[in-house]
Amino acid sequence: MNKIVSKEYFSTNVIKFEVEAPLIAKSRKAGHFVMVKVGAKGERIPLTIADADLQKGTITLVVQKMGVSSSKLCALEAGDFITDMVGPLGRATHIENFGTVVCACGGVGTAPMMPIVAALKEAGNRVITVIAARTKDLIILEEQMRINSDEVIVMTDDGSYGTKGLVTNGVESVINREKVDLCVTIGPAIMMKFVSQLTKKYEVPTLASLNTIMVDGTGMCGACRVSVGGKTKFVCVDGPEFDAHLVDFDEMLMRLGGYKDIEREENEHYQALLNSK
Amino acid sequence: MNINAERSETWRAELRSAMKAKERTEIPRVHMPELDAEYRSHTRTEEVNLGLTPEQALLEAKRCLDCANPTCMEGCPVGICIPTFIKNIERGEFLEAAKTLKETSALPAVCGRVCPQEKQCEERCIHLKMNKESVAIGHLERFAADYERESGNISVPQVAPANDIKIAAVGSGPAGLAFAGDMAKSGYEVVVFEALHEIGGVLKYGIPEFRLPNDIVDVEIQNLQAMGVHFVTNCVVGKTITIKDLEDDGFKGIFVASGAGLPRFMNIKGENLVGVMSSNEYLTRVNLMDAASPDSDTPVFKGKKVAVIGGGNTAMDSIRTAKRLGADRAMIVYRRSEKEMPARLEEVKHAKEEGIEFWTLHNPIEYIGNEQGRVTHMLLQVMELGEPDASGRRSPVEVAGKTELIEVDEVIVSVGVSPNPLIPQSVKGLEVTKWGTVVVNNDTMQSAVPIIFAGGDIVRGGATVILAMGDGRRAAKAMDEWINKN
Ligand SMILES: Cc1cc2nc3c(=O)[nH]c(=O)nc-3n(C[C@H](O)[C@H](O)[C@H](O)COP(=O)(O)OP(=O)(O)OC[C@H]3O[C@@H](n4cnc5c(N)ncnc54)[C@H](O)[C@@H]3O)c2cc1C
Ligand SMILES: Cc1cc2nc3c(=O)[nH]c(=O)nc-3n(C[C@H](O)[C@H](O)[C@H](O)COP(=O)(O)OP(=O)(O)OC[C@H]3O[C@@H](n4cnc5c(N)ncnc54)[C@H](O)[C@@H]3O)c2cc1C
Ligand code: SF4
Ligand code: SF4
Ligand code: FES
Repeated sequence: MNKIVSKEYFSTNVIKFEVEAPLIAKSRKAGHFVMVKVGAKGERIPLTIADADLQKGTITLVVQKMGVSSSKLCALEAGDFITDMVGPLGRATHIENFGTVVCACGGVGTAPMMPIVAALKEAGNRVITVIAARTKDLIILEEQMRINSDEVIVMTDDGSYGTKGLVTNGVESVINREKVDLCVTIGPAIMMKFVSQLTKKYEVPTLASLNTIMVDGTGMCGACRVSVGGKTKFVCVDGPEFDAHLVDFDEMLMRLGGYKDIEREENEHYQALLNSK
Repeated sequence: MNINAERSETWRAELRSAMKAKERTEIPRVHMPELDAEYRSHTRTEEVNLGLTPEQALLEAKRCLDCANPTCMEGCPVGICIPTFIKNIERGEFLEAAKTLKETSALPAVCGRVCPQEKQCEERCIHLKMNKESVAIGHLERFAADYERESGNISVPQVAPANDIKIAAVGSGPAGLAFAGDMAKSGYEVVVFEALHEIGGVLKYGIPEFRLPNDIVDVEIQNLQAMGVHFVTNCVVGKTITIKDLEDDGFKGIFVASGAGLPRFMNIKGENLVGVMSSNEYLTRVNLMDAASPDSDTPVFKGKKVAVIGGGNTAMDSIRTAKRLGADRAMIVYRRSEKEMPARLEEVKHAKEEGIEFWTLHNPIEYIGNEQGRVTHMLLQVMELGEPDASGRRSPVEVAGKTELIEVDEVIVSVGVSPNPLIPQSVKGLEVTKWGTVVVNNDTMQSAVPIIFAGGDIVRGGATVILAMGDGRRAAKAMDEWINKN
């Protein structure tokens, strides 16, 4: 049981929690994640550790409401307890002074990008963050990203905010403008696939942080497996970050869709429950 | 008390002479009452074996000859005093029988249910030499342990006065639990660290309810808690805290019992299709996450045409679970013949009764999917048995050109597990084999790093509950001696 000490809304669907977890706060590094379970019959879901406060013994999670499990978490208030939380899991991001780094994120990927942006900045990199979404209302964490980025480029599909275009357009404009030493991308698999294709063309080394389906998060089940350079890897223990140019994104996309129908059913079931209250 | 002295006690000598050996061997072996096969293949949680009635147990106990040289004990990895507990059942002292079991086994209710008895104690029973069925040692063991639990008279073992020495177990499977129990008895302050949110290891996340109800494991855990053992769940040693942290924190000995949790795949084409998964994933979803219940948030596929690849206990558990979740066709695909199957005999029998198809001498070589990437077919290579291999089993060889294409919507790969690499990777100086198992001294279970002892599947690879438990007890004894010496 981990106590929520504070809750803050970044937007209606994006919430920041500070949670008591002294041991995790002490051992975590940028790129690590935790598995979180809400309720006795809850699902275990992976969430990136966005920040930690050693003094207070807390870690920060930034959660975007997606389906049942993230919604249940977002329904909790300060003072409530998270039933189970374990971590830090995964391999930490390899951080050094690479030079100029473009961080390309969108959708669910924006929250997990935050600690990486902060760590890269701290290591002395010039950090250019590209945030993309379909439309203005879906752009999240822009302010928070500005704190640690040298520049933030906002892209919207419909041009309602920032520059009209896809995340790849944003990344390409930077590559065309200056020398980029590394690109880091987190977001929907389809987005990472296109970012990867683009940077491959320009030969910019690229890391993708993969958000596959997970069950245990400790290497025990293989639900999170992906093909990287023709080899099967477990994202929870071998990742979550991999050389994007070696990742088989088509296979990953296929596997991510695996539980869509069941998830939709569970979500309808949950919404019905909420409505009946 | 040694076995001979026990055997010479008056009550026991009298009991022995009360009935002729011939009469005893003439009694037919008891049949474990079980749920109807058709009924049980649709109920997910009800235990298949119903347990012996006291009358049945009394009669079965009579079959045991109370041998002067009980060979059955040599077959039991922990050397349970088998005739002593059985004769206690025969004279109606069921609680006494349970006490005998507990002298040697930390989890008799579990082992009575899941030990591969036909390859261990029962294989060595004298009855077999006379062409009779062996005494049903496992059934009797379960009976005595269940009787004690249900009587409400479970004795919490005497705990020695606290010695204020802290020791840790990493992993709460049978090895960790058995170790914790013995160390608590010796007065140590025991903390068990578990990575998952549940205590019990494979007993909880692997072996299904219909074979080993969680309640039974929980009673054992409560017993340990009553003895003062602390459990810390959601703590991955090597991640949340390190072995070094434990040492700095004053732990004087660490028993690593982190199991063999890493699933193996076959690396064949199509293995990453949607609907193909490891047995660990499947069983974890169903057992640990209770995914088949409507009130659970975790999803699970309920395939209609399910194939499980493999022939071990895990394979049987997976396919019987799939049947219970509504599979119309549930198939075991195994590359050798039934004789070579590593699964317990009883599980194979139960699976057959439940309508599981056995595709022995077949091996998958490819999975085929539709546009959405969902598995729709498996391509099987027909096999035949060749010469015996290193394991003494006749090795399967391909029958050239003979394959079969079978429709499936779910495939569960159950071809073995490897040791969990986390601890071996994170501790300097630990000796590890090329299979990833931790090297220990076979008598003391002590590793190359003196403060670390290890046992169970992390040392043996995928083995059995009773072996894991035996390791835990051996490590406890040796660690106690080692700490006292230093
Ligand atoms: C290593 C890792 C770190 C993550 N860090 C964060 C984080 O810091 N903050 C955060 O908000 N989320 C993060 N995620 C994603 C988060 O785990 C999922 O959003 C969550 O599991 C969704 O669960 P749900 O039951 O609410 O939604 P579901 O009902 O499972 O899904 C709802 C919809 O979201 C899609 N979806 C589900 N999981 C993912 C996914 N992993 N990636 C993309 N789409 C998905 C589904 O296809 C479905 O359409 C991370 C994922 C991984 C693997
Ligand atoms: C489905 C299935 C059916 C089986 N059926 C039988 C049977 O019928 N009969 C039989 O005798 N045997 C059976 N076995 C085998 C038997 O269960 C194992 O041999 C036995 O459980 C091994 O015990 P263990 O204590 O070594 O490890 P486990 O039971 O695997 O427990 C290890 C525990 O350690 C935890 N852990 C791992 N790493 C860490 C870490 N770094 N920090 C903290 N905790 C950690 C794990 O989460 C786990 O809970 C079966 C196995 C499976 C999977
Ligand atoms: S513990 Fe297992 S092997 Fe030993 S007597 Fe009991 S059933 Fe037989
Ligand atoms: S060998 Fe068989 S008959 Fe003899 S003591 Fe053991 S169980 Fe009884
Ligand atoms: S989530 Fe189970 S192995 Fe990665």
